[in-house]
Parts: sequence; structure tokens; C-alpha cells
Amino acid sequence: MPSTFRGLGAVFYKEVLHVRRDFTTLFFSLIIPLLQMVVLGFGIDTNIRQVNTVVYNADGRRESRELIDRLRNSDTFRVIRYVENDHDLTDAIVSGRARVGIKVPVDYSDRLIHNMSAQVLVLIDGSDSSVAGQAINVTTAIGLDESLRRVLPDRSTFAVDMRPKLLFNPDSRSPNFFLPGLTAVLLLNVTTFLTAFSIVREKERGTLEQLFVTPVRPMGLLLGKLLPYLGIGFFELCMILAFMRFVFQVPIHGNVFLLAFLSLPYIFVSLSLGILISSKANSQGEAIQMAFLTILPTIFFSGYIFPRETMPMFFYIISFFVPGTYFIDITRGIILRGAGFTHLWVDGLALFTMGSLLLIVAARRFHNKIIMA
Amino acid sequence: MASLETNQAAPAISAEHLVRRFGRFTAVNDVSFRVEKGEIFGFLGPNGSGKTTVIKMLTGLLPLSGGEAYVEGLDVRKDPESVRERIGYMSQNFSLYHDLTVAENLKFYGRIYSLEPARLKRRMDEIIQLNGFGPYVDRLAAQLSGGWKQRLALGCAMLHEPSLLFLDEPTAGIDPVARRQLWDLLFELSGHGITFFVTTHYMDEAERCSHVAYIYFAKLIADGTPNSLRELPDVQPAGTIRVEITTPEVTRALRLARQIPGIRSATIFGQSIHALIEDRFDLDDLRELLLKHGISVAEIRPLAPSLEDVFVELTYKHQAQLEAARA
Repeated sequence: MPSTFRGLGAVFYKEVLHVRRDFTTLFFSLIIPLLQMVVLGFGIDTNIRQVNTVVYNADGRRESRELIDRLRNSDTFRVIRYVENDHDLTDAIVSGRARVGIKVPVDYSDRLIHNMSAQVLVLIDGSDSSVAGQAINVTTAIGLDESLRRVLPDRSTFAVDMRPKLLFNPDSRSPNFFLPGLTAVLLLNVTTFLTAFSIVREKERGTLEQLFVTPVRPMGLLLGKLLPYLGIGFFELCMILAFMRFVFQVPIHGNVFLLAFLSLPYIFVSLSLGILISSKANSQGEAIQMAFLTILPTIFFSGYIFPRETMPMFFYIISFFVPGTYFIDITRGIILRGAGFTHLWVDGLALFTMGSLLLIVAARRFHNKIIMA
Repeated sequence: MASLETNQAAPAISAEHLVRRFGRFTAVNDVSFRVEKGEIFGFLGPNGSGKTTVIKMLTGLLPLSGGEAYVEGLDVRKDPESVRERIGYMSQNFSLYHDLTVAENLKFYGRIYSLEPARLKRRMDEIIQLNGFGPYVDRLAAQLSGGWKQRLALGCAMLHEPSLLFLDEPTAGIDPVARRQLWDLLFELSGHGITFFVTTHYMDEAERCSHVAYIYFAKLIADGTPNSLRELPDVQPAGTIRVEITTPEVTRALRLARQIPGIRSATIFGQSIHALIEDRFDLDDLRELLLKHGISVAEIRPLAPSLEDVFVELTYKHQAQLEAARA
């Protein structure tokens, strides 16, 4: 064995024994991400529908009732109450009972009949921007449609007919969009802890110091620790993917083997990150805190929740240093768009490079620590 | 692997003017000593005086700020890896893997040192036999008592047949029987030519060593066989004798003895006082003197200095020198 990796086999053997001996702890640490996936997968719907709506129909005649019906049928609004005055309308929104208030004025039908422009007041609670945006879009569209129907003769067609077609995820199912990204967060969470704890435990027990007096080299030690957990991380990934596919019915458009292959470098990065953390942390508590620091950037700067393109330049640049960015690119690419190796090899390479760099930095730190302990 | 050839003539350890500084603090100050092959070298000193730092320097864990160190003839600064191949190290807290069995702990260390399977098996059998691990091979290390843990740690440290073993307080916190058994084992192994570097706080253990050194606040203030140290002029100045005064009233006797001119020093040892007195004293006169102050004396007899006496005397002298230098 080349001397740089001295001790790799021995440490690997020992880690496998640790894992086998404490299988229950490991099992639960692998089950928790699946539970999180169930909760988040069923609980989060990024599509906005059935927004609580309060209606003040001051007109009350057929035209106004038709308009209300069209709003209700849009699936965006759910009318929870009809009120009889302006005060109750505003009060319903201020109190938070309703997000949207619609007021049809008393002369709505009259003005339509006399071919005059009729106005409808739509009050929207702006405190949730995505709800507000959806409410604006749907009410405007319905207003426009209503107007066109009135000016155009029956059975005529629109001059310009826009036909949007959603290429991927045509039903806009939330899990299809949400779960591939969640995979990155869950996987990072588990794997980082695996290696971080494994080394910090040895620090706490004093066995690490003992190892430093043997001919084990830092790279042998770190890779011997990393490789068994690469296997476990990979197993976890397969479980997450199986859950996503069979419990949440997210279709995988691309090659699932390619997905498995390209997730190896991501698991490698997470494990290396754990090792780097362990080179700094002296107790499991410290390691937990540092590992949590890595989770928020993965959620916010990876494009998982907010599109990277709309980030301010500074954060856009940061996103390039977040491993999740590349992995979410890979998962969404393969699962949703059916992308192939030619599209995604750069992401895989970026992850592999990151992982190697982190590992080298960690090995240097351990080398110096051996000499400075 | 030419570097693996050991220089047969070289001492096991040769430390020359070792210096280690941490920032402005000097943890080890110009420490020199030699340990010959097959010796049991006892390295003593109060906590924080630099014992562990010296071990770390000799095992290549800490770079030297100055001086030279050779272990088994190899330069620690140039070739720490080869040094680590041939030494064994047992730390204070018996660093074992508690969730691994006795056999697995041994096997792990065997693999670390890349022993071939046949040799690993032979060595494991030998260690298990030597330590009487037979019934416990499949027991988890966590379930062993302190004494057994310490034996297992020693077994792990010597599986690869090192010619030199560093034992950092090997008997801290274990029962007297296990302590005795460990020392018996050390003597047996040292008979086979293995060198031991042992740190300890126990004076009776120091007495058993073939070579002792005492480090006091970064300086080595004693180095030699226990007997040669007892005969040092600083310990036994010309014109003085060391006596043991046995009396039921040790505390009062001590207070008094310290006021009598001609008694250079006095310390309590159980039911007796060890005192260094000028040899112009007649022992009977001394008994009279004590009796006059109402202290009945059972026995006064000459005494060879213990190692504890040696270290106490040398420490006083070293402190006096430091103060003189400061003044």
C-alpha cells in the first residue's frame, strides 16, 4: 500500500465493526430522513389553491353572481363568507380570516348592460407574496376573459392564442418539484454527521491520540473512515429515491443508475465536510452546531427554494460554493427533465473536486494536529 | 525499507538538549538523557512538569524547538514514521475501542502495523496467552475491569513486537493486584530485551525501575540508577546521616525537630519521621532531647534515603538555586 494511505484497510475494518455493533443507532439515523420526507412531502404544497376569500356583493344580480361563480371555480379562491358592508370586508382581511376580499359594486350589472366599464375591487393581503401574486394573476385573467367574452361575437377565436405547455411536471405536482431538492438536504444532513461524529468520538475517547503514535497516515485514517460511510450514504440515497418514486409517485424521467452514480460525488462532499468539521470540533456538541451551519446555505443558496438566477450577485456567487447547488441540478435534471450524462457531468466533476479539496484540507489539518497535539 | 534496520549499538533513546517551547512558555528546557536497551526507565515528575511533552517529542508527535532525539538509533525529526513502526505507546486512559471485543481491538492494531495474517494470528495467540485473555477474547472492551483494560491496552501496544514501549502512567487508577501483575509482566518482558519508558507517580514503582529520571518544571534534576541517586552528595551531604525516628506523636515531634539546629530536614512517613541530621549528633542524645520535650521515642535508626527523599532533596536544592539565580 502506498504509504500516504497507510492504515486505510485497518481503519476501514474497524469502522465496519463499529457500524455493525451499533446498528440500531445507525438504523434510526437513516430512518429519520425518510420520516422528514414523508412529513414535508405530504405537508408542503407549493401550488396555491383554495385561498380564503370574503365577498361583498353589493349588486347581487345575475351578472355579479356569474362573476363570483367564475372566481370560485378557478380553484384559487374559496369563499368563506359573504358580507354586507365595506367594514366587514376589510375586517376579515385585517383579522387574517381571509387573504382576499372581493367587492362587486352596486352598479356592476347596470354598467355591463349599458356597455360601460364595470369595476370590481380586489383586496389582497400582501403579507405572503406568492399568495398575493397568484391572486393578482387569477383575478386579472378572469377579468380579461370576462371582458373579451363580452366584446367578441360568439364562436369567434382570439387573434393571438397563447398555448403554454409545461414540459416537465405538467400537472405542477409539488412533490415532483420539491422532493428532488429535498433529497439534497436530507442526504447532506445524515452523511455529514456520520463522519463528523465518527472522528470526534475518537477524540473524546482519546483513541485518536493513540492512532497518531502508530504509522497510520492522515489520508489512510480519513479515507478509511470515509469509505464505509460512503456505502451507507449511498444506501440512504437509494432509500430516499425509492420513497420518492413509490410513495410519492414522482416519476423519474432520466436514467436512475446515472442518478445513483452522480450522487456518489455529492455524498463524498458531504462526508468530507463532516471530516473537516471533525478536525475543528472537539466534542459532539460542537460538531452538531457546525454541521447545522451547512444546512441553511444548502436550503437557501442552492436553488432549492429560491431560484439562483434572481439572487443578488453576491449570493449568486456564493451559490457556486454550495455543493447542494450542483446536486439539485443533477436530481432535478435527471428526475424531472430526463437529462443525461452529457448535460450533467460538469456538476459531478465540480462535486468531486470540492470533495477532494475538502479532504485534502482536512488531512493537512490532521497532519498538523498530529504534530501539534 | 532500509530505514527499518536498527542500529544495534545505539541506545534505545538518546535525548540531547531537548527544548520545547509553546509561545513564550518553555515546557522542556535542555533535557538530556540516555536509555539503554532492555532498561526499565522510570520518568517521574509532578503534573505539568513536562513528562508527556517529552514523550510526545520522542514519538514524533511534537516537533523539537531545539536539541536532538534518537529513538532506536533513528532521528525522530527526520524519520518519525520509522520510529513509530518500532515503538509502542500506551496512553494514560487506555485508549481502547469500547464497542469492539478484545480480539477485535488486537486485530485492529495488528492491521495498523500491517502484520501478515500468519504473524498476526501468532502474535494474537501469544498476547492472549501471556495476559490470560483466553476467556475474554469475545468480550467487549467496555465490559472489562480497569486492570483488564490496561492489560488489553498494553497488548495492543506491543502486538507488533516493538523494541521500545512508552507507558504513560500505566497504573493510574487500577487496583494493587493488577498493578503488581503489570510490573511482573514488565520485568519478564524487559528480560527479553524490550525497553520500557514508564511515567508514574508511585515511588514504589520508581524503586523498581533500573533507571530513573526526575523532571521538575521543565528541567531534568535527577538521572541515574536508584542506588546511584541515593548516594548523590546533594541527597546525602558529607557529614550527615539519615535517620528514621519512630514515635506515637509524629506531628508534635516534627514541629520540634524542625526547630532543632543540626537537623537539616524532616518529613513524616506514617508513624515515623525521616530526618537528615548532622553526624555530630549522637542518636541517644537526640532521643534525650526529644524526651525532654515530652516526646517518647520508640526507635531511632539510620536509614538509607528512599527515592522520595532523593527527589525531595533535589527539588529543594533546585529551588534554592533558582532563587539564588533570581537574587
